[in-house]
Amino acid sequence: MEVGIVSYGAYVPRYRIKPEEIGRIWGVDGKAMGKGLYINQKSVPSPDEDVVTIATEAARYMMARVPSVDPKDIGAIYVGSESHPYAVKPTATIVAEAIEATPAMTAADMEFACKAGTAGIQACMGLVGSGMVRYGVAIGSDTSQGAPGDALEYSASAGGAAYLIGTENIIAKINRTLSFTTDTPDFWRREGQPYPLHGGRFTGEPAYFRHITSAAKMMMEAMGTTPEDYMYAVFHQPNGKFPTRVAAQLGFQPEQIETGLLTPEIGNTYSGAVPLGLANVLDHAEAGDRIFVTSYGSGAGSDAFDITVTDAIKDYKRDNAPVLEKIMQDPIYLDYGTYAKYKGKIVMSE
Amino acid sequence: MSSVAREWREIPGRYNLKGTKCANCGRIFFPARTFCPDCRRASIGKIEEYQVCRTGKVFSYSVIHEAPDCNNLLKPYAVAMVKTDDGVMIEGQLVDVDLAKIEIGMPVRAVLRKLDADGAAGVIHYGYKFVPM
Repeated sequence: MEVGIVSYGAYVPRYRIKPEEIGRIWGVDGKAMGKGLYINQKSVPSPDEDVVTIATEAARYMMARVPSVDPKDIGAIYVGSESHPYAVKPTATIVAEAIEATPAMTAADMEFACKAGTAGIQACMGLVGSGMVRYGVAIGSDTSQGAPGDALEYSASAGGAAYLIGTENIIAKINRTLSFTTDTPDFWRREGQPYPLHGGRFTGEPAYFRHITSAAKMMMEAMGTTPEDYMYAVFHQPNGKFPTRVAAQLGFQPEQIETGLLTPEIGNTYSGAVPLGLANVLDHAEAGDRIFVTSYGSGAGSDAFDITVTDAIKDYKRDNAPVLEKIMQDPIYLDYGTYAKYKGKIVMSE
Repeated sequence: MSSVAREWREIPGRYNLKGTKCANCGRIFFPARTFCPDCRRASIGKIEEYQVCRTGKVFSYSVIHEAPDCNNLLKPYAVAMVKTDDGVMIEGQLVDVDLAKIEIGMPVRAVLRKLDADGAAGVIHYGYKFVPM
């Protein structure tokens, strides 16, 4: 049975802040910081936006593109994030209600640092492939946290994308998925703590690079492919620098990763990062295009996907919702004071 | 703290603009009503669910400078009367917009946003607001 993507939707908040502005406050050369990370600006959620509202917007766009799909045929919704607004009380039930998929369905929130969204896609593939549900929805959505003045503050941003996984009218067939997972504490946030901590340079070689290259090589070996077989490649993008370097290490060319690399313009959307990169690729893809995807979540693991765009994309109602290029147009730039207020970094009286 | 049960009952209207319609006279109600004040007893058993359109135009608006606590971080902000494409008048916040560029007749659409929360530990209330199209 063929399992794949039936529809998708993406959303990025309208507000942005530039690294120069963050650096201005902390006495750091923000422009150089941005250049080093290859981040020109990052998205910032409005005070009335969170993982629920971002996930809902993406899911509604996803459903708008498949008007023939009855939301009641969705049997599972998983929302992956590391910034769920509740510690106990699922994001997924709120999203499910907002797209009218309730009540005959299962739902749960997922957490695996930046790869909770792709873990949700894998879970949905299992449920759909086994025939347990007709459609499953996997969403990666985050309003990520970076401690004031920390290097993460220059990248941690907000956004998300939703995927309808099924077996009928698939616009992109998922040929295979596999994962590479170990216990590697490169980045974490303890219960009740407002900001994550990380191992600095330890987040590089033994963490991001080892897991992504291992999963990617396992995938190409399993599929008998080389980088030349793919039109596009999407890698997890905590900044612009890491995915560019890992792509080169694996033998991919810059033009293969260009479309799926959004972090330079919107920052690191964590669980939303690979789902958003893939959404931008699908905004541009044509029938027959092959897409290589590898996510990364600290802690640590990578999910790899080998995807082929099908002929069904020709009749797909992509224009029923805005593409990412349109969503990312016309941003509103914030100064650090407004950014701090919007992100809740200012202690207010109750 | 608001009543969790009362807020929960509001979910269909707040998330998805679910109103009702009197099958006797055709009048649409948003928020939903279970009884038509025009048809009175003739409306009993004839009130149907009605999906209000999520898109519309700004009919009128006002900019709020003295905000309730729930909107302290957003002030000044706009509240608009929106006439939906199916003719229903709805009041709601207009967000992600340059206040100087709001115009009567401006096309808008309803999105889900946080409306309020019962403090840092209480329930978060979600509902519709409007954004420019």
